Amino acid sequence: MLQRLTFLSAGFAIVASIASPASAYMVYVSNEKDNTVTVVDSTRKEVVRTINVGQRPRGITISHDGKFIYLCASDDDTIEIIDTATYEIVGSLPSGPDPELFVLSPDGKTLYVANEDDNLVTVIDLESKSVVTEVPVGVEPEGMGISPDGKWLVNTSETTNMAHFIDTATHEITDNVLVDSRPRFAEFKPDNSEVWVSAEIGGTVSVIDNASREVKHKITFEIPGLRSESIQPVGVRITADGAKAYVALGPANRVAVVDAKTYEVEKYVLVGQRVWQLAFTPDQKTIISTNGVSNDITFIDVATDEAIQSVTVGALPWGVVVHPN
Amino acid sequence: MGSSVPYALTLLIPVLLAASGVSVAVAQEPSPALAAKAARAEQVSEIKLGYLRAYAPELALSVLDVPPRDEGVAGAKVGVGDNNTTGTFLGQKFTLDLSEIKPEADAVPAFSAMVSKGALYILADLSATQLLSIADIARDKGVLIFNVGATDDRLREEECRANVFHTAPTRTMLADGLAQYLVWKQWRRWVLVRGSHEPDRLFADALRRASTRFGGEIIAEKEFTDTGTARRTDTGVVQIQRQMPVFTQAFPDHDVLLVADESEVFGTYVPFRTWIPRPVAGTAGLIPSAWHPASEQWGGTQIQNRFAKANGRRMLSKDMAAWTAARIIGEAATRTQSADPETLAAYIRSDDFSIAAFKGQKLTFRKWNWQLRQPIFLGDGRSVVSTSPQEGFLHQFSELDTLGVDQPETKCALTAP
Repeated sequence: MLQRLTFLSAGFAIVASIASPASAYMVYVSNEKDNTVTVVDSTRKEVVRTINVGQRPRGITISHDGKFIYLCASDDDTIEIIDTATYEIVGSLPSGPDPELFVLSPDGKTLYVANEDDNLVTVIDLESKSVVTEVPVGVEPEGMGISPDGKWLVNTSETTNMAHFIDTATHEITDNVLVDSRPRFAEFKPDNSEVWVSAEIGGTVSVIDNASREVKHKITFEIPGLRSESIQPVGVRITADGAKAYVALGPANRVAVVDAKTYEVEKYVLVGQRVWQLAFTPDQKTIISTNGVSNDITFIDVATDEAIQSVTVGALPWGVVVHPN
Repeated sequence: MGSSVPYALTLLIPVLLAASGVSVAVAQEPSPALAAKAARAEQVSEIKLGYLRAYAPELALSVLDVPPRDEGVAGAKVGVGDNNTTGTFLGQKFTLDLSEIKPEADAVPAFSAMVSKGALYILADLSATQLLSIADIARDKGVLIFNVGATDDRLREEECRANVFHTAPTRTMLADGLAQYLVWKQWRRWVLVRGSHEPDRLFADALRRASTRFGGEIIAEKEFTDTGTARRTDTGVVQIQRQMPVFTQAFPDHDVLLVADESEVFGTYVPFRTWIPRPVAGTAGLIPSAWHPASEQWGGTQIQNRFAKANGRRMLSKDMAAWTAARIIGEAATRTQSADPETLAAYIRSDDFSIAAFKGQKLTFRKWNWQLRQPIFLGDGRSVVSTSPQEGFLHQFSELDTLGVDQPETKCALTAP
């Protein structure tokens, strides 16, 4: 059965690639409030499909070969597997209760899941679809970042206000680094040297040195005319060359562009309302933001850091991932 | 002195850890490079919280509004549980001791007993008079008090204390939060029905103050006198249905009827029974509060789930005030790596301090009277209608300071702690 599905999906993938221009990527957006995933064509910037999924979809990622979307259906206490060729839900993973956000290991074999209600990180082996172990962390685990070398997992706990460094070989916590209030997201630099942790209520991004496990710099944001309380950093993405970072600023309705070497904020790009998560297209020419309250996503040109276009998706768009090819 | 029910909060955390098959010891096994950090974590320091509560069973006009037996205490327990999860990573253990007295009782003996057992952080759910009776004794003993129950403005004004932090909002904060919304709606002409008890009069005062601050107008006012009859059962629905329209008949035309009935004598009986069809707000109808059991915004779902799982009921305002107080102590202990009240107090009073409490922005203290700034929820019993401060009510320092008595008006003159 599984083999037949794989075969089928390969067939569809070929058809799909013939049908669309070479640079078009499929963008998948999880919509927390209406239990759907919206599929957007990155070239035409149009919705091509809406997939009905489980309850309260939030964290979303995709297998390295692009065949399967993994989706946290938080209120169903499960992770759904969606076949990208058919857009059918073809399976599920034992996520533990209330999965919110997860990260795929660089080798594509392991999924690390933050279970928000149970103060756990669940480690799932994708091949056997089984739980390898659970790691107790702080209160309300959310952010999940993995070092590109696959050695270190960083989980952030929103009420404990820590970045927990977990050794992926032993599944043990080795360091707990205090950051500012409500840490939401952890993103490693491509060279493994730093991990950036956003703090939604604290209003900062802490740059943690991966060798010393100390906060080496705190990035703050100031936008003329906006109260500091409305600047709430959530999603963080760093370009593959390690030069530039993008930080979604929540109700500030902007994405900050940060020089990843000097930590200077270079620009604030106005997008939609309550911007939470970000994803690059595989060619890194575009970064896409989910704007929860305005129910849309915004495409930003990475070369110019200008917002190009917004596309209406479902209700309360939460997460976004782009097909790798 | 009334009944005293002390107990130590059983730690859920080790149970959870054991159940998941990973022990704390393993999780904190130090690698050589991390030995210093781990060594610090191995010395577990204990931080004892006390919850001192004036309690007697209360009646309510609706059985749905009867306060749960553990109102407030349940929030403190969840807060202490959260602190302990964090504490496992830092070698800190938090405990909670509960003591209950009668509403009119002398609070000093119960307070002294708690302190003598080592509690240096007291969450107080007491009357203003009781709280003041222990405040100065606490100061002399180096004890910090967190007021989680009393909304009296005088505790933050004429009777403010440097060692008393207030996580409960004041009546003026609640009234201002409501008034801002009514003015935003352009419903500016109000009439007021107030109860005859002291708390009702104080809330009516706060509503009057709010009307002049934000451009509303109370065009008529009437007292509903408590004649001392039993509240829930004696008159019956038929009598209320006939009497309330008559009671409100003489009012001039208005946009909103305000109710000030903290004492639960008549407020619940006002909505839908007025002479002319008008919305009701205040202690009935649209009610301002520090928290709403249906709030799901700003990560609220998470604390609501956690609270409901632990206590088998929804989270109420006093639970939130107590949770926040426990978390403030936990946050200060985490950030300072200390269990010493002076060190924690210095951090709480510093510019670095803020706390996240599922209200969409960080909460900080007003340094002139140690009142926690916070948004006010406006709810109708089923859902959150709005959250104040409302758009357009501006302030040179913090929009949260448009709620309640602001620094230029304060009567509080704190001497340095």
